[in-house]
Amino acid sequence: MSTTWPVVVAEDIRDSITHFAHIDGSVLRALQTVQTKFGYVPDDALNMVADICNVSRAEVYGVFTYYSDFRSTPPAPNIVKICVAEACQANGSDALVDAIRNEMGLDVHAKSRSGDVEAAPVFCLGNCALGPSAVVNNQILGRVTVAKIRAALGGVQ
Amino acid sequence: MSPATDLTMIYVPRDAASISVGADEVAKRIEEEAAKRGITIKVVRNGSRGAMWLEPLVEVSTANGRVGYGPVEPGDVDALFDCGFLEGGEHSLSVGIVDKHAWFAKQSRLTFARVGIVDPLSVSDYEAHGGFLALRKALAMDPEGIVDEVASSGLRGRGGAGFPAGIKWRTVLQTSATQKYICCNADEGDSGTFADRILMEGDPFTLIEGMTIAGLAVGATQGLIYIRSEYPHAIAAMQSAILLANEFKILGDDVLGSGRSFEIEVRVGAGSYVCGEETAMLESLEGKRGVVRAKPPLPAIEGLFGKPTVVNNVMTLASVPWIINNGAAAYHDFGTGRSRGTQVFQLAGNIARGGILELAFGVSLRELVDGFGEGTRTGLAVKTVQVGGPLGSYLPTSAFDISMDYESLLAIGGMLGHGGVVVFDETVNMAKQARFAMAFCAEESCGKCTPCRIGAIRGVETIDKIVAGERRRENLELLLDLCEVMTDGSLCAMGGLTPLPVKSALDNFPADFGIEVLVGGVRDATA
Repeated sequence: MSTTWPVVVAEDIRDSITHFAHIDGSVLRALQTVQTKFGYVPDDALNMVADICNVSRAEVYGVFTYYSDFRSTPPAPNIVKICVAEACQANGSDALVDAIRNEMGLDVHAKSRSGDVEAAPVFCLGNCALGPSAVVNNQILGRVTVAKIRAALGGVQ
Repeated sequence: MSPATDLTMIYVPRDAASISVGADEVAKRIEEEAAKRGITIKVVRNGSRGAMWLEPLVEVSTANGRVGYGPVEPGDVDALFDCGFLEGGEHSLSVGIVDKHAWFAKQSRLTFARVGIVDPLSVSDYEAHGGFLALRKALAMDPEGIVDEVASSGLRGRGGAGFPAGIKWRTVLQTSATQKYICCNADEGDSGTFADRILMEGDPFTLIEGMTIAGLAVGATQGLIYIRSEYPHAIAAMQSAILLANEFKILGDDVLGSGRSFEIEVRVGAGSYVCGEETAMLESLEGKRGVVRAKPPLPAIEGLFGKPTVVNNVMTLASVPWIINNGAAAYHDFGTGRSRGTQVFQLAGNIARGGILELAFGVSLRELVDGFGEGTRTGLAVKTVQVGGPLGSYLPTSAFDISMDYESLLAIGGMLGHGGVVVFDETVNMAKQARFAMAFCAEESCGKCTPCRIGAIRGVETIDKIVAGERRRENLELLLDLCEVMTDGSLCAMGGLTPLPVKSALDNFPADFGIEVLVGGVRDATA
């Protein structure tokens, strides 16, 4: 990370909070701002959010660890999310997870060998009549196969 | 519908599900091909009509109505032009006049009347289809009048709890606080449900209108929509629609020139299923951990930031404009028993024809799954259907004649929830599904109460032991006891209803657990 990031983030966080100053809810919003900007929430940012929101670091840490969207380490350049909830299970999401492991060498909850792709499970994308579903780099895919995921990744392993 | 020109209007959906099967590419190919052939057309990116099995469904406006083709792949576009689809020509993907297709014609689309028809981000299109008439009407009514109308329509909370909306609104109206809130719960986390998403992406102004009417009814000037982060398309659609509504003075400090004030803000979740529980959602809206609150106090008395708050699901609020427009009695005419109006069912999972089915309460499960759905997608026999999301019961096919309404499902130990119906074929193993229900609860529990936080983990372990044949009888008794503790001792539906899928799997499919029969206790097939 660039050494100048804290200043930029601090401005972003302040912006995000002042914009909604008339209704609170700032800690969650501030953390979302940091993660949107950097893809993760660096440890230092917790102190900064605490400072700006005028709450304890413990409180910010509590919010940070509660929500599964937040992460403390930088993400891989490519993210594959596989829906593993009931409606996709009914359409073979378990077999899809196996196929991704066997054919792509990609474990759900892990990064690929090159570190360029990371896979994670997700509970429901709201695409339950066209499962199994996945999201590859923010692109939603229905009736997913390994071939479709490969195509969406554009050759990255 | 089409403007006063001879321009051919082509409709290609823009909702996430249609995009997931190639709608963007199809729309692009149609525009390219039209340009190549020197034909001027207008492509409208509408919402989904809800027949997911036909997506991407391409529609062409003709003198006889909108003619549909689906599911269209980018590679089909050439052939569609060749067969004269711009005039409604025949093609192997033709579905005819969409409104006359039985799958749509047999529905009662009240809440979803405009979804898939209009351009979701066109105020003029919305108004051309009856939009904002209800809001104008409500502006001329007194708050009690609006609340009475909603109350006598029989509308109940569509998020799952089924609490009468009118009573909730009246409670908030009767509080004396100067600051009140309308919080729309769009944290649609139940697997097998997508009605909120389809409505927000396909007809966002209906939700805005419903929330504004709610604000007028209870005296709130601020609305918030809590949308889960897994729904980026819905978030974008709602944010764009709110900006437009502000620009057109529908929202803001002078709602439609009335001098009344109402504002709406979108708040985004951060990946927590339990935040769909109303008090957890309020905590999350306040920027905190989404931990469930004890009730009382009810949110209607002390909700967001301790102020009186209406918390309603997207479907509940989006049903209000129709009710105000057409009258409480007209809405009440639909349905059965204490379940009045329509329910937006969502047919999902292993189903040949899945999607959105808005029907009066009282339709049978068989009609949904075998009638509209035409059975499984794999062509194998249906083994079970989970109704009501991850906390709903697994019903056997012998229960298919049940009337789909709040009370009938409750009577057989199930629940309607948010109206999701997930179909499984005969290859599903129900012990695995029961284990998943406990594992999901363990993963998503907010951690506040012990039966849910620890019970779910013990549940997973105990099911594993039963399946492995380890002291099966004792462990079955332990599991049933655990289910009772979770049901009776949990603070909210997360821990309280997780036993529903577990016990229904056990009761209806004991063989999958290695058990022969279950009579008053347990008998081990292998013993």
